[in-house]
Amino acid sequence: MNAKAQIRNDPWLHRFAVLTAIITFLLLGIGGLVTSHEAGMSVPDWPTSYGYTMFALPFKFWKGGALFEHSHRLLASGAGFFTTVLAVWLWLKDPRKWMKWLGVAAFLLVVAQGVLGGLRVTLKMNNLGVIHGVVAQSFFILVCAIALFTSRFWRNWAAEGKTFSVTRGLWTLVLATTILIFCQLILGATMRGQHAGLAIPDFPTAYGKLWPDTSSDAVARYNADRVEVISVNPITAFQIVLQMTHRAVALAIFILVSTAAWLSWKRLGLKNPLTRFACCWFALIICQIALGAWTVWSNKAADVATLHVLVGALSLVTGALWCIIAFGRREGAANIAPAKTISGAFGTSPAMAANK
Amino acid sequence: MKQAVLPILATGIFTAWQAASAADIIGVITLKGTPPAEKDIGPAMTEASPDCAAMYDPSKMPTTHFYVVGPKGEFADVVVSLKGVTGKSTGASAPPVALDQKGCLYSPQILAIQTGQKLIVKNSDACIHNVHCTPAVPGNAEHNDVQMPGAADLTYTFPQPEMFLRFKCDVHQWMVAWVSVFDSPYFSISDKDGKFIIKNVPPGKYTVEANHRKLGAQTQDVEVADKDVTVNFNFEIK
Repeated sequence: MNAKAQIRNDPWLHRFAVLTAIITFLLLGIGGLVTSHEAGMSVPDWPTSYGYTMFALPFKFWKGGALFEHSHRLLASGAGFFTTVLAVWLWLKDPRKWMKWLGVAAFLLVVAQGVLGGLRVTLKMNNLGVIHGVVAQSFFILVCAIALFTSRFWRNWAAEGKTFSVTRGLWTLVLATTILIFCQLILGATMRGQHAGLAIPDFPTAYGKLWPDTSSDAVARYNADRVEVISVNPITAFQIVLQMTHRAVALAIFILVSTAAWLSWKRLGLKNPLTRFACCWFALIICQIALGAWTVWSNKAADVATLHVLVGALSLVTGALWCIIAFGRREGAANIAPAKTISGAFGTSPAMAANK
Repeated sequence: MKQAVLPILATGIFTAWQAASAADIIGVITLKGTPPAEKDIGPAMTEASPDCAAMYDPSKMPTTHFYVVGPKGEFADVVVSLKGVTGKSTGASAPPVALDQKGCLYSPQILAIQTGQKLIVKNSDACIHNVHCTPAVPGNAEHNDVQMPGAADLTYTFPQPEMFLRFKCDVHQWMVAWVSVFDSPYFSISDKDGKFIIKNVPPGKYTVEANHRKLGAQTQDVEVADKDVTVNFNFEIK
């Protein structure tokens, strides 16, 4: 069967990939709730839950922190199952060789992520929790990219050829900003992984100042003034600096994304899909900054902090997909469809050529 | 036989003499200033576990207890110890200390034990708890154990001294207790009147340290002879 026809005739693969991405997004959300509720260690055993087979835990135990942790485990199992089916489907039905391997990569990553989450519990290693959070974001990008590559949009975009150019400066700007957002998410995961609640309780000031006092006396005073309902760790000067860095990087991201959206609008026009995508990115960043502020003002309310994590994930994936979509339209890039350019990174397959 | 008896006899006499000449360090701890208001645990409890909330009168939901202060500033839950006294633990032979989980709260929330002394954690509630201790000192192991309602008590010991070793329940995130571990029996926790007593301290010069979970440590030097010594501490909210 012709590869192009095969992709065209398999919209269910794309739908399934989108569904897997949605499940992954929900999984990120419930994972965020686990951390926001300080519930990650509420079920001490893994892969069992309170000694029961994970899927047979009686409902009477689904309470408090265990509700979030156990739901996270179940949804993670669902995401693992969907990713496995997606990988098999891609391997069997997608004619593009690099897509087959992308499916394998997704499968391996979801398995690694599950094991990481389990080891975080059984080994009681807090740092693994931070890595678990970061890998989750990477996995979300991968699954969204698979959803993109299996879409009709991608096929049309590839078939359309290079009808316009994205300047290398703009493309590099978006790539650099996306990398910065990824670093920001690592910062955020590290902050959350401290399990210390809010290191700075006010915004836009920090302990009433532009830059807070981080001397040992001051930190002792901050801790003395804190009355936490949840059993979080005392804050440290490091955590205060971490949050200030997070704020500074947020400002830098806002400036960079604004610039990217403006440049895209100016050079490509508003009707260009990349400009629309960049405008969505800008809107997400505005939401994200508002959610960051709200997280502080709400004293890190679990639902608000989790929304902040989710919009962060969407911001990251938007930047990453923009870079992928625009890759083949870069100034100076060969006059080929982006699909083929991307395939070059994985090794061009005969099927890909057929697709063109 | 005589050779074996003599050292034992000598040790016994020395110990008896030491006990006879030992004295208590007593004192009162006060707090000056207005501490931050405690927070109502009720909303968190109601949201996370209605079973726990149902154990309380809705108008009398529990609050946090960081600053337990009497009307005249009597400051409770301050851990007082002899700083730098190590290697004197009698924990292996000391009776176990109990930490209960009752009403979805730890009771007591501040306690102290010796290195090697058994800490027995009970679950008096009709709900599940996970007992999760998170030591910060190397040598003290982190534990995270599930404890079903009516399950057998859990027993822990810690080989290294550590201030405010945290016990928490991740199912009920407001549940927390701090256990201080000392390498000697010379410690005390101030009661609701702010009073503390460190018993049977052998004669000598010591630094007495009073440590509050939020306000940190204060020290005073004392010399113990054959009479009780009084040391008072005054914490201040700045």
